[in-house]
Amino acid sequence: MPHASFPGGYRWPDAEGHFEEYGGRFVAETLIRPLDELAAVYREAREDAAFWQAFEEDLAHYVGRPSPLYFAQRLSRENGGAQIWLKREDLNHTGAHKINNTVGQAMLAKRMGKTRIIAETGAGQHGVASATVSARLGLQCVVYMGSEDIERQAPNVYRMKMLGAEVIPVTSGSRTLKDALNEALRDWVTHVENTFYIIGSVAGPAPYPEMVRDFQAIIGREARHQVQEQAGRLPDLLVACVGGGSNAIGLFHPFLDDPDVRMLGVEAAGLGLETGQHAAPLARGRAGVLHGNRTYLMEDEAGQILATHSVSAGLDYPGVGPEHALLKDLGRVEYTSATDEEALQAFHLLTRTEGIIPALESAHAIAGALQAAREMPESAIVVVNLSGRGDKDIDAVARREGLSL
Amino acid sequence: MSRIAGRFAQLQEAGRTALVPYLTAGDPEPAATVPLLHTLVQAGADLIELGVPFSDPMADGPVIQAACERALAHQVRLRDVLDMAAEFRNDDAETPLILMGYTNPIVAMGVGTFAEQAAQAGVDGVLVVDLPPEEADTIRQALIDHELDEIFLLAPTTTETRIRQICGQAKGFLYYVSLRGTTGADRLDMEDVAERMKCIRTHATLPVGIGFGIKDADSAAHAAELADAVVVGSALIDRIQAATDPHAAATELLQDLRAGIDTADRPGGAS
Repeated sequence: MPHASFPGGYRWPDAEGHFEEYGGRFVAETLIRPLDELAAVYREAREDAAFWQAFEEDLAHYVGRPSPLYFAQRLSRENGGAQIWLKREDLNHTGAHKINNTVGQAMLAKRMGKTRIIAETGAGQHGVASATVSARLGLQCVVYMGSEDIERQAPNVYRMKMLGAEVIPVTSGSRTLKDALNEALRDWVTHVENTFYIIGSVAGPAPYPEMVRDFQAIIGREARHQVQEQAGRLPDLLVACVGGGSNAIGLFHPFLDDPDVRMLGVEAAGLGLETGQHAAPLARGRAGVLHGNRTYLMEDEAGQILATHSVSAGLDYPGVGPEHALLKDLGRVEYTSATDEEALQAFHLLTRTEGIIPALESAHAIAGALQAAREMPESAIVVVNLSGRGDKDIDAVARREGLSL
Repeated sequence: MSRIAGRFAQLQEAGRTALVPYLTAGDPEPAATVPLLHTLVQAGADLIELGVPFSDPMADGPVIQAACERALAHQVRLRDVLDMAAEFRNDDAETPLILMGYTNPIVAMGVGTFAEQAAQAGVDGVLVVDLPPEEADTIRQALIDHELDEIFLLAPTTTETRIRQICGQAKGFLYYVSLRGTTGADRLDMEDVAERMKCIRTHATLPVGIGFGIKDADSAAHAAELADAVVVGSALIDRIQAATDPHAAATELLQDLRAGIDTADRPGGAS
């Protein structure tokens, strides 16, 4: 029997939402009670078998789970080295893994009797997923989105509006995801009585990182089952992109106690780590406090948060989920990065070899996986989280290549 | 006795409610801050809150966000704010000075270094907006070591159990955030505030200030009927920002507020 990676099993976070020195609840006093209430409702729901049954039923019949685990043979052959298997979160309803979490949180909103949903969004996938579940449950929905991202992700903005959501452009700060999060927190402070804030990543104050992880862990549970079924054994390596890191935690978490499964998180190296124009806090940041939790951040020496850069709006965030900070320090997950250029190459390679157009976020994971696979034998199995589809990105990709659609 | 406690004792004796203006340090430019602080004192400020600019002020409304952005355009760092505090303290040994800001710049400087240098600069109290008491252990010891008052917020959503806990830990004074929302919001329901203040008073031995929603003589007078201190931030920054003579504008607003406060019946049971 293999020894466990962690004696007694992986055990984080603690009751206060700390992943050792990371995580926690760094928020203004006004938000303490709403967070306490949310944590209490979530604790109760987590012990309620009927809650999980309803969750899994929605995932099956509304989202379309389980998502397939697909062996990308041509991609693997073209690349050389290990077999690359794709966990097809891009095939979910709304086109990304984000819907898993919004289905779960919307169920909690209902349970708490909240009538108004707010969300922040970067690439727009979480905004679309929030607008979608709100439409389905008849809840009012307001999505905060940086004005720069609104420009980069026009199709998703229109989708949210069609779904009945109000999209509020955020023009403060760097006008991207981090500022949308600030604005959503301000909205929540002001409307705590009737409003449920659906945070889209494993970030924010406790209990969000743990709760979002638990909703996304369906990805890893399925993948663990599927890979054993289809390949007859556990994988050698898991790969996922990391912005806030919810798709990565979702894939990794059910494998953390499997000591022979290595894990690789891929951050956005933007124009290159050496240029400073990137979004790779685990690679180049240091520990600090932002958006309610302690984690690795991109900041200047005075503690001001830096503007980040990535071709992918969904990875363009100066922080990272606190659990990733812990997993890095523990050495349980290895973190690397892929540049804009490497992600675009991977985007095209996957599209041409497999007929699958990945989201630019997921293309970072593909880039990281291609590199890792080349160093591994043909018998090795690499499972990559293909967290979203690339339809939303084709305009941006075309523009970079000098085309106009 | 700390400078903050001393000041509240004096005010109590004189039967006065404290007027506490807030400014973001370095707004609109670094050289403006210290002269403005002296103007505030001349215009009737009893204590001063000096905001440390932060790139992501998530508890602040648009006015203070914009003030932070203007200050950060001049690269105003926590270190520079401490220099401003020291410069102010050179010419004013009496007026208590409270730094108000967010956790990250303090963590970046190092909690111990910050507390030591803040004390050296003549700062009297520290209010870290996004640092609730359960996350404040490391900073608490550093502040105690350097005799700085750790000031806490109380909110309309704070439960009574928690009010009791926070009252047990706070130093200097308590700051009641009188409405749900960010700084600069404009809905102040005085009946609700009165109800909450009654509850706070049963647990608080420290003076209690009211902030968020104070913008003119009228709102200041209402707040002064309930509180030992009235805090004004966004309204002051707005006035200064719109004025050709910021000193005259600040003076005019503070004198208005002072007049409003002095018409109010002070809370009888404040002691």
